[in-house]
Amino acid sequence: MTSSALALPLRPSRALRDHPLVTRYAPVLTMVLALVAIWYIAAVAMNWSLVRDGFEREETPYTTSDVLAGTMDAERPLLPAPHQIAAAFLDSVFGYPPLAPRSLVYHSLVTLSATLLGFLLGTLFGIVLALLILHSRVLERSLLPWIICSQMVPVLALAPIFIVVLGALGLHGLLPKSIISAYLCFFPVTIGMVKGFTSPDPLQLELMRTWSATPRQVLWKLRWPASVPYLFASLKVAVTISLIGAIVAELPTGAEAGIGARLLSGSYYGQTVQLWSALVAAAVLSSALIALIGMIERAIGRRMGVH
Amino acid sequence: MPKPSLSVSDEPIAAPLQGRLVVDAKNISLTFDTADGRVEALSNVSLQVAEGEFVSFIGPSGCGKTTMLRVIADLQQPSSGTLTVNGMSAEAARLARSYGYVFQAPALFPWRTIEKNLKLPLEIMGYSEIEQQRRIERYLSMVNLTGFERKFPWQLSGGMQQRVSIARALSFDPALLLMDEPFGALDEIVRDHLNEQLLQLWKSTGKTVLFVTHSIPEAVFLSSRIVVMSPRPGRIIDVIDCDFPTDRSLEIRETPEFLKVAQRVRNGLRAGHSYDE
Repeated sequence: MTSSALALPLRPSRALRDHPLVTRYAPVLTMVLALVAIWYIAAVAMNWSLVRDGFEREETPYTTSDVLAGTMDAERPLLPAPHQIAAAFLDSVFGYPPLAPRSLVYHSLVTLSATLLGFLLGTLFGIVLALLILHSRVLERSLLPWIICSQMVPVLALAPIFIVVLGALGLHGLLPKSIISAYLCFFPVTIGMVKGFTSPDPLQLELMRTWSATPRQVLWKLRWPASVPYLFASLKVAVTISLIGAIVAELPTGAEAGIGARLLSGSYYGQTVQLWSALVAAAVLSSALIALIGMIERAIGRRMGVH
Repeated sequence: MPKPSLSVSDEPIAAPLQGRLVVDAKNISLTFDTADGRVEALSNVSLQVAEGEFVSFIGPSGCGKTTMLRVIADLQQPSSGTLTVNGMSAEAARLARSYGYVFQAPALFPWRTIEKNLKLPLEIMGYSEIEQQRRIERYLSMVNLTGFERKFPWQLSGGMQQRVSIARALSFDPALLLMDEPFGALDEIVRDHLNEQLLQLWKSTGKTVLFVTHSIPEAVFLSSRIVVMSPRPGRIIDVIDCDFPTDRSLEIRETPEFLKVAQRVRNGLRAGHSYDE
């Protein structure tokens, strides 16, 4: 006992390696650093001829290190370097008032509102469909093929049709985008909740029968709580899909505002840095949404005795 | 009232000596078709159980003891025969919440605390909030689990969970308690302990209990009557009365009277057992 306790501080390298912070973050950090390194190498390789041609067009003498430096801060690179994307992202987030048309915060908020409304509509629709399927085998047979078909049509082809039809009905702005987003995200919710509603143990269902519980009581006191883990798994998938749906829906609308608009104008004008920082905004948004759902899941899990 | 003597009947028709009938089954048969052909789960089973009796069903797997319990509970429908439970049809008895059912597994709802688990049938049956609270306290103390109200099922041992499920079955005060190998998954020591507690419970509540088991000592120790069953087809082959004193303790298992009844049960099981498995 004593000798091993004394021996411990004598081996600091071992202690550092086993430190909880190190064991927790070292693998992630290593991956990120490796990716950034690969990204820089790729940026040099992809932008090289672009930068070199630039020097030659202007007939200025250049060295290899000039070209190398040029690949790191080209105005319209094929592949922007990570620090360029970071700088552009931070500038467009903090460099303008949040509601200015050039602010990425403004565009993110536009997309976020369509995402959240679409997510809400899609989740409700998905749960209602799951209830209908649970309620009747006939409905399952008649609905399921349509549900699956709906997900096989590419949304990029459907989105303009939705926009035109809903526009003719007098719906503009937020709602058509949300409907496209909902159209995409109801599917995992339906599939997950059908699974969840049918997940209770046969014994639990028989117990409800011995107490002669009504179908409504079986739903609210057994099927619904039993499906909560399935619901949250579905919601995490659905929320990222609904963000993608909202972004895709922004493309054919003329793209005045939103992350989709930034992507579109970025690609029109060859503003690759803007394009990438809009992508980063989308990634940050969807990570934040998943994290939020994860937090709600844990809070509810604690109340439901999840250990 | 149970006499401190041992009476052994030779009639394999399960009829009680006295009292109001809680279960009255005549010529119950149940067959179902499986991939391997027709199975006769129950064949001409007749059984009468009077109020306050403790009747055990014992027999090898496939003898229909669980099926019989499920038929009485209206969880399965017999192919033929007549059955009344508490003076009405099995379905009416179920709808009137005449019985509490205890399965081999506790089948607690994992997202509910112990008190909320006890509360569940009471919520479903529409008891007032005050009455629910009163009954939770009463039945938790009856199974010696006071203080565990706020725990979740996974925080309790298997034996404690099964006690919660017994308390849950008693909580709405049904006339009849149906127990399907409730202690089958527990170890010997816990099982002995729960047997003593169940006997106390039976004595203090005066409930009619139908109890399915694999264990001969358990059946002889607990029961006022033992129904020995045999498979292929599932049928009753012997009915044994055993009126040990109501204040019996586990030590009674060493007495010659106890061993004599156990021997008769064993003989019945042996006679009905086909050695082709």
